[in-house]
Amino acid sequence: MNALLQEYLPLVIFTGISLAMGLALLVAPFIVAYRQPDPEKLSAYECGFNAFDDARMKFDVRFYLVAIIFIIFDLEVAFLFPWAITFGQLGVFGFWSMMVFLAVLTVGFIYEWKKGALEWD
Amino acid sequence: MNEASALYPALPELILAGGAMVLLMIGAFGGERATSPMLSYAIALLVVAGLAIAAMPDERVALFNGSFVVDGFAKFLKILAVLGSIGTLWMSGDFLADPDRRKFEYSVLILLATAGMFVLISAGDLIALYLGFELMSLSLYVVAAFDRDNVQSTEAGLKYFVLGALSSGMLLYGASLIYGFTGTVKFAGIAQEAANGGIGLIIGLVLLFAGLCFKVSAVPFHMWTPDVYQGAPTPITAFFASAPKVAAIAAFVRVSFSAFPAIAAQWQQIIIFVAIASMALGAFAAIGQRNIKRLMAYSSIGHMGYALIGLAAATGEGVQGVLVYMAIYVAMTLGTFACIVSMRRNDKPFEEITDLSGLARTNPAQAFVLSMLLFSLAGIPPLAGFFAKFYVFLAAVKAGLFTLAVLGVLASVVGAYYYLLIVKIMYFDEPAPAFDPMGNALRSIVAVTGLFVILFFAYPGPLVEAAAVAAKSLF
Repeated sequence: MNALLQEYLPLVIFTGISLAMGLALLVAPFIVAYRQPDPEKLSAYECGFNAFDDARMKFDVRFYLVAIIFIIFDLEVAFLFPWAITFGQLGVFGFWSMMVFLAVLTVGFIYEWKKGALEWD
Repeated sequence: MNEASALYPALPELILAGGAMVLLMIGAFGGERATSPMLSYAIALLVVAGLAIAAMPDERVALFNGSFVVDGFAKFLKILAVLGSIGTLWMSGDFLADPDRRKFEYSVLILLATAGMFVLISAGDLIALYLGFELMSLSLYVVAAFDRDNVQSTEAGLKYFVLGALSSGMLLYGASLIYGFTGTVKFAGIAQEAANGGIGLIIGLVLLFAGLCFKVSAVPFHMWTPDVYQGAPTPITAFFASAPKVAAIAAFVRVSFSAFPAIAAQWQQIIIFVAIASMALGAFAAIGQRNIKRLMAYSSIGHMGYALIGLAAATGEGVQGVLVYMAIYVAMTLGTFACIVSMRRNDKPFEEITDLSGLARTNPAQAFVLSMLLFSLAGIPPLAGFFAKFYVFLAAVKAGLFTLAVLGVLASVVGAYYYLLIVKIMYFDEPAPAFDPMGNALRSIVAVTGLFVILFFAYPGPLVEAAAVAAKSLF
């Protein structure tokens, strides 16, 4: 078990160093930086002119739908890459496993198409 | 074709998953018209899956390198879960008849949730456990918010989702710690390494149990239950209270006994605490409730506490007690919720306890069966609920957990108060206007569960023996 845990030692060192560096960069400005705030400096910066609107505005739920549909197909492609690279060793079983996976995704795709999720209006 | 026949033990899961996709396609092309036949297709699929489970051999078969285990324990609980799902769909006919709710996705989601439960019950490693949980929970989040124009229902869905995601996070964190300290995700491998796992493994175990407690809604992870039960449409609440609880308890028992038998003394402490706290909260918090679905939520928290007593005993008899308890609990819950679903006047649902006033005069048959179900929930002999409690208390006493058994009996005495209060309201208060007549589907559920609860004492053998066989397959 200890051998297994030792494999993670680089990870612990990595986490430690990144914590230390992150903290140093966050804390250092408070100690060493020159500060003279005025209203212009403290206001929200939006390409040089004053902010038009509150940052918290409603926007269309359809953006979420598009995002979710994107995730589905992105995932499909992400799984296809490793499969395609090792295809030679996977054999018939590997081929049909991926076909089943794609068939399930296609069912989802047909459903969303028929439901009109792909149309903007 | 050898690979295909090797998949035979997973046939029920394949039937449900494949069937759900076929139904999804029928629905996508058929539209709203497909809703009501869809319900019967889904019930038919569940029945076929149930028969496929019943036809499985009793001995242990492991698939996918041990990730997926089919044994007597899995068989028993899967049949229970499938009965819970069939009961839910059976009582959903009127609910889906409403024009606003004519959505075929309902049946598909229940099927997918059931497939998730099957995977969960058969899980042989932490990854299959998580997959099963997520497939089940994601479907449940959606059905909780099924009435999407209703504020309460959407609130229930959102709350369930946010807190469910939190609990999945805890479960995953626990699983990753367990993997880190044992070097394997397989339950059998964890069992070998658990003895020298040290404090890190125990932290992982606690986090894993926290996630599991959340899914069975045991105190201190019960907070979502009353709100979700009250907000979700009633047939869906019936579903939440029955089948998913069975699957989550199954996962709890299987993880405890197949992955952590070496550190039973450690997890026993957690289970004892959780059981006592759930029973106490279920008994005391339900007293002040006015809404009957909220009351049933607290009641189910309490019942999970009683079921966990059997697990706390950490013996074969304890597991047998849990299995008998869950079987009887599912029957009582479905019957009671069928009565709650029927609380409608002019097609509007009523959910206050006072709406049941004088039911004995407006509908004596329903009042009688409902009071029998409530007596059974309270654990009054000779009804089924008494035997459910009897077996878990017996297992606890035999394992030397006297305090736990005594506290359990005391909690059930306190709990009896609010069940009896409902009976008193039905029999002795001034009658409220009569409810709409019950549909045939609801009537059949109430009749079957009522008969089961009343007549169980005459012929308890088959269920108790089946539970004993199922429990033996874990040891």
